[in-house]
Order: sequence, then C-alpha cells, then structure tokens
Amino acid sequence: MRLGHALLLAAACALIIVSSAARAQNDETERAIEKYRQMLKEDPWSNPGLLDADRGEALWTTPRGPKNVSLEACDLGKGAGQVDGAFAELPRYFADAGRVMDVETRILWCMEKLQGFDRADLVRRPHPAMGQSVKELGAIATYAASKSNGMKYSAKLDHPKEKEAVTLGETLFYRRSGPFDFACATCHEATGLRIRLQGLPRLSSREEARKVVGEWPAYRVSTSHVMTMQHRLYDCYWQMRMPELELGSEVSVALISYLTSQAAGGEIASPGLKR
Amino acid sequence: MRRAADALLLNILIVFVVVPIVLVPVIVGATVSVAQEAPTDEAAKADAAIKSAFPSAPADWQSRLVPDDTMRACSAHRDSPPKAVAEAIAQRAKAGISYPADGKLIGDWQRGETIAQSGYGLRFTDYPPRAPNGGNCYACHRLSPQELSYGTLGPSLLEYGKARKFGEAETKAAYEKIYDSQATFPCSNMPRFGANRVLTIEQIKDLVALLMSPDSPVNK
Repeated sequence: MRLGHALLLAAACALIIVSSAARAQNDETERAIEKYRQMLKEDPWSNPGLLDADRGEALWTTPRGPKNVSLEACDLGKGAGQVDGAFAELPRYFADAGRVMDVETRILWCMEKLQGFDRADLVRRPHPAMGQSVKELGAIATYAASKSNGMKYSAKLDHPKEKEAVTLGETLFYRRSGPFDFACATCHEATGLRIRLQGLPRLSSREEARKVVGEWPAYRVSTSHVMTMQHRLYDCYWQMRMPELELGSEVSVALISYLTSQAAGGEIASPGLKR
Repeated sequence: MRRAADALLLNILIVFVVVPIVLVPVIVGATVSVAQEAPTDEAAKADAAIKSAFPSAPADWQSRLVPDDTMRACSAHRDSPPKAVAEAIAQRAKAGISYPADGKLIGDWQRGETIAQSGYGLRFTDYPPRAPNGGNCYACHRLSPQELSYGTLGPSLLEYGKARKFGEAETKAAYEKIYDSQATFPCSNMPRFGANRVLTIEQIKDLVALLMSPDSPVNK
C-alpha cells in the first residue's frame, strides 16, 4: 500500500515535470516562430518574395517576346497598363478574351496576345521546382498583387459569367475523385484541424478565407520560392493524386473565383510568408 | 539508461497527459441530411471542366477524373448523404470487400508502422514507382505515441486495440474500415485503400496489426 502510494506519487511528479518540460519546449518553439513573424512584420523588406515582385515589375515594363513589346498595354481590368489596385478586383470577365480570368490567366493572355509568346510553351512547365525562383509569369503576378497590397478584396463577381465561375468553383470544391477520393473540402472544410503538424484553413468559412487568401502569391520557406495561387492549386491536385492542373484552365479560374468571393473584404497582404 | 527512462516518461506523458482529441463523428446514414441534391447540370459542368483542365493526363489516368457512383453521391450531398443514399453506399462497399484467402487479418505491426508513415505513391511525381504505396495514416490520425507529428483530420487511434479488448469482431471491423471506409461510414473522408487498390491486402493486414496487436506501440 505504502509502496503503491510512493510509486503513484513518483509517477505523478514525473508526469508533472515531464509535461511542464514538454509544454515549455512547445511554448519555446511557438515563441520563436512568433518572434520570426514579428521581425518580418517589423521589417517587411526582409521577405524574399519582394525580390520577385521587383523582377516582375522589370518584366512588365521591358519590351519582350517575338513582338518585342512591354506589358504596359496589358489591361488587368482597370485599363491598359493600370496595375495599381487591379489585382484587388480580379478575377473578372474580360470581353476581349470572352472569359473570366484571374491575374495569372490574364497575364498569360497578355503575354500571348501582346508579346507573341507561345501559350503552349508558357503552360508546359509554369511552376518552379523546389529551390528555383518563381517563373516570369509568376513574378509578374507577384508584382501585380503587391500593387494591391493593403487593399481589400473587392472583385464584383456580378457578371453572369463571373457568377457562373464562382458556382462552378464551389461545386469543384466539394467534388471528390481520384484514387484517394479527395476533394478540396476533404482538408479545408473543418476548423482547427491539421495534416501532420500543418494547420488547415476552413475555406468554406468566409472568416477563415479572409485571413489567408490575400497572402497569395506567398514566399514559401520550405521550397524557397514564391508560390502563386495557380501553383498552390496545382500542388493541391498533385497531393490529391490528380494529374497536372493546367495554368489558366477553367477549373483553376473557377476555384480562384470561389476562393476570392469567400475572401471578399479580406485584406491583401502579398507576398505573404508561408512555412 | 537515462534516455530509456526519458522515453518511458514521455510515453507516460503522451498517454495520460495529452488530452485525446475529440473526434468529429462522421455523419452516418441515421442523420437526417439537409444537404440539397446539386442540380445535375452543375455536376455535369464540373465534369466537363475537369475533363479539359488536365490535358497532360495519360490515357490510364482518365478514370481518376471521373467520380464513381459513391463519390458522385458524396460530392452532391457534400458528404452528408440522406439515409437511403448512405445505406446504398454502405451496402455497395460491403459487397466489394475482399478478405485474405487464409482468413488471417493480422500481419506485422512493424511493417504497418512503415506503411502508416509513408505518403508515397500515386502522385504524378511518383512514376515509375520507386517504393510501395504508403497509407499516410499519420497525416490524419494519431497512432504510436512516439510519433508527435500526426494530423487531426481523423480521430486519434491511440490504444485502438486495447480499447477494443483486441476482439475478433473488432479486428474484422478494422480491416473493413481500412479496405473500404465507405462500408462503415458512408461519405467518410478516408480513402478506400483496398477498394481503390492503393494498398494490397498484405499491407492492410499490416495496418490491422499496427492497430490490433497487443505488442504494437499503438497499444502500449
């Protein structure tokens, strides 16, 4: 009885010591990450993604492609060459293209139609491998997004084609297929849950979507490059065991339209910084 | 010696101190569904859009783009199927389960742990295959207490077998859940590892061992 008591007491003490040690270590890790975030906030110029925004600006103004023209005649929705605030109002319907476009799909269209680049070349390997810089199209998108930094998402999404895109995006969000039976909703339809240690936003919640969607394009520390929203979706489908999602496809534009409508009113803080 | 003691203490800590995650139960057929059937033209539009969004998909990947009857129903009902739909899903799934020829459902828990850790397989960067497919169980579940990097999309499976007294019926139920989760929980988020040929019957037995063996770390 006394031995049992002593053992119990010892075990209880050990539990308390170990649990507080583990908790302390957890707290320490959390604090370190929080400090890192805080330092980045205090010095926004420390985000490596800004180098790509600068690169994108140079690419925007430099005459390039078979037609040797700059993108300054490209209309992102607010008039030719008007970049300030244009990203905040995308996706939108473009009458000249006859379809709804997000920022990357629009830049792709301008590179093809204005500069004469071959679309097939641009969509063949559109995203960087680990450690590579974001491709030119992505750098230009990063530049465009940074020019709406601090603004709120205000895409109208009231044109019939825009409404159609949002509805399609929502349907796709819940659509399950492939050998793992995954949909976007498999991971992004619950609050506060994780894959391994990675937290997952519930994107069907406007409140949660507002907090995260505006951070894309974002610099991703684990792959050391800027990842655009089209790339983000491509990577999701890779994980879902689906084939390679084409940049500028109706599916990608519809999902971005849905996410943007969910994030309406949320602040744009791009390039964000991700794990 | 010191390390062993530390490890033991850590085990005790994890088993008793860390509060098990309250799981969100999968909504089964008994629940009255409020989800509305999506108009078929919405699903048809999505099918057409998906068909053209993956132009580089090889011919033998085309089937991945098309949901089967079960996934079509789950998508339409946003994973909350009405009772009749849920029953049909479960019935179809049950009928499709294959069992090991020798009737033995428990394999090797150590191999099971490797399968549970691995997320390899079936992604377009995984070809030609360099390793067996994994089950990636830790992405969503807590299993062995030593593994702290576990997800919470699924319920904690810590002490799974112990809590079920290592029962025979429970062992069969575990096999069936892994083989085809839809047989037990219609519109579950969990992949149908056996039915979709992600894992082999031998691999599923190894995972059953990880859950149901008394000497598996899951039950220690």
